[in-house]
Amino acid sequence: MKALGKLAAVSLTTLLAVTACGGGETPVAQGPQPLRMTIWTSNEAHLKLFNEIADEYRKAHPNVGSITFDTIPFENYTTTITTQIAGGKAPDLAWILESSAPDFVGSGALAPLNSKIENAAELVPSTTKLWQRDGELYAYPFSTSPFGMFVNTDLVKAAKQKFPQELIKAGQWDWEHVSKVNAAVAKDGKQGMTILDFDYKGWDNLATVWGGWGAKAYSDDGKSCQFNSPEMVEAMTFLHTSIFKDKAMPGPGTVADFFAGDSAMVIAQISRAAMLKEGTFDWDLVPLPSGPKGKYAVIGQAGIGVLKKSPNAELATDFLTFFTNPANSAKLAAYFPPARSSLLTADTMAKTNPLLKPDQLQQVVIDGIETGVVKPSHTGQAELAQTIRAALDPLWTADADVKTVLDGVCAKIQPMLGA
Amino acid sequence: MAATQLRDRVAGHTAARRGPFWTIPRRDALVGYLLISPQLAGSVLFVLLPLALVGWYSLQEWNVLAGTFDFVGGANYAKLLADPKMGEVLTSTTLFSIGLVVLNLALALLLAILLNQKLAGTTFFRTLFFSPVLVSLVAWTIVWQFLLQGDGGINGLLGAVGVDGPNWLRGDATALLSVVVVQVIKNVGLNMVLFLAALQGVPRQLYEAAELDGANAWVRFLRITVPLISPTILLTSIITVVGSLQVFAQIAVLTQGGPGMSTTVLVYYLYQQAFQFRHFGYGATLSVLLFLIVAALTLVQWRMRRKWVFHES
Repeated sequence: MKALGKLAAVSLTTLLAVTACGGGETPVAQGPQPLRMTIWTSNEAHLKLFNEIADEYRKAHPNVGSITFDTIPFENYTTTITTQIAGGKAPDLAWILESSAPDFVGSGALAPLNSKIENAAELVPSTTKLWQRDGELYAYPFSTSPFGMFVNTDLVKAAKQKFPQELIKAGQWDWEHVSKVNAAVAKDGKQGMTILDFDYKGWDNLATVWGGWGAKAYSDDGKSCQFNSPEMVEAMTFLHTSIFKDKAMPGPGTVADFFAGDSAMVIAQISRAAMLKEGTFDWDLVPLPSGPKGKYAVIGQAGIGVLKKSPNAELATDFLTFFTNPANSAKLAAYFPPARSSLLTADTMAKTNPLLKPDQLQQVVIDGIETGVVKPSHTGQAELAQTIRAALDPLWTADADVKTVLDGVCAKIQPMLGA
Repeated sequence: MAATQLRDRVAGHTAARRGPFWTIPRRDALVGYLLISPQLAGSVLFVLLPLALVGWYSLQEWNVLAGTFDFVGGANYAKLLADPKMGEVLTSTTLFSIGLVVLNLALALLLAILLNQKLAGTTFFRTLFFSPVLVSLVAWTIVWQFLLQGDGGINGLLGAVGVDGPNWLRGDATALLSVVVVQVIKNVGLNMVLFLAALQGVPRQLYEAAELDGANAWVRFLRITVPLISPTILLTSIITVVGSLQVFAQIAVLTQGGPGMSTTVLVYYLYQQAFQFRHFGYGATLSVLLFLIVAALTLVQWRMRRKWVFHES
């Protein structure tokens, strides 16, 4: 026991000695301050543009020492930022995904931006809704990217099906016809339609389909589950039939990469067009097909916010003002669809999106941004998403009862919605 | 003169009675403590302190985004008891651990016995079965993810012999089994090597004597091999049980806890709660639960060793 006491005393002394080596008071900020912004892109062209804008800002602001763009992989992006915040290493600025927007905006973690954004009146309302609370803007809607349908026209032709443009002209660009085209391609040996990042786990991407039925994951006030609404049951029944009966979509566990030429169609954001730059097949980009409730559009969003906890929050806000001013927004529009109405014209966007034709930009991007519904998000979305994912799993078998599964989803999440 | 001599003698006598402070045992002790101090500092800083902090965090409601850190007492423990998902999580954890421990130890022992024979090619097979231990865990799991897909390599092989394989990672039972098997193949080599070393330490003459007494192979295995390698069985079972409760990367890569909650084991659920759902206080409470389970299982195994481990009874 005596030896144990000695050991404890030595441990404590060692600990004190070790802790005494580090620490000390944080030095008072003096001289040029560094800024750090977390992002999830690692694309060289994106980073080059960001650094050019940052260099320009630093020339006029010698009080900013350096501006670092810190790339964090998309899969663990929000988890990593929150761990950094918990560890006392919060970034000064952060991109925020639409799924975690309600948590960041609602928690008061972000600095208010209303009076800081230049010419804020021209921001399209559908793009700012998610980032506002009580009339105050907490993040700049940096990228508003509509979902469209990329089509491998070579595969459609080989399956002797009508091209999307022909179906659009004939007023037949709807889910029923699209499913037939995809089923025909699948019969030929390739795969039909895929939904990027869905893979029978990322269910929020299904909003790009169920939007056509007017279905929603949650009610507008966020208090009730809408998974077992008649619209959702109908939409999910369509999906289930497409997958397991018509084989218009590859089933769970089947890998089909559209960009490698494996499938006829993919629902993805327009920024994915870059992956077709060196494509080996002919392709087209068209709006999402109409559903029983008519035309619709779905958008994915990213905002940039300033972390209130940052010791340089004021400087960071000033940099954000510069980064998102109309001139820089025009430059950034090359990769990130802008929220400023003055930049939302097919002519302006065509200059920076050489892969897309003006009518594609008008139909998919501009109309999409103006009318689009943002992918599902809710306070505590990460936990809801995981619970819904687990409850939806039984749907992805051939003999599933759609209504029963969807009732099961609501039974699980309704208590979490706080109503 | 006489007075000085007397004083010196008295002083000398006192000095002899007190003795120097730095006696040899004390010096040895100081050197000993100094030698272990770096390791001790590491253990205190990176094991004991975090352990104490986890206990402290489990009593808090920590909202990272809002920047609040409020003492809530036992609220997180009450939440743990009322958590509707805990039943499923503990069931998955138990099934997973039992499957992993039984399969790993049985296969490791079988391989060790086979490779303990004096046959041609045993060195090659020893290397073959041990090599997965050296492969990067994530790389290993990603390769298996491709193999286990509905149209992956495993079903391709099964198809070649006319068997229509299941969608391994999408069925409740097959997903759990897949994660167990992927983990067993990855780590079985380590236990196999430990068993092999133990088997080689069993004196040959015992088998010869038993053979002369007419004991068959099974009896020799049960009465000689098992008792003599029982310390290694204890070691490997403790390592494997503790390891089975810490399996995370395989689940994160292969199934993300699905389908349903079938592969959401406690350590993965803990990660979800703390880091994905940002319930740091509740995550810490789950860590305390995991710690208690690991400690209890290890203690039970340690206590039971007297009953079945050779040299311990």
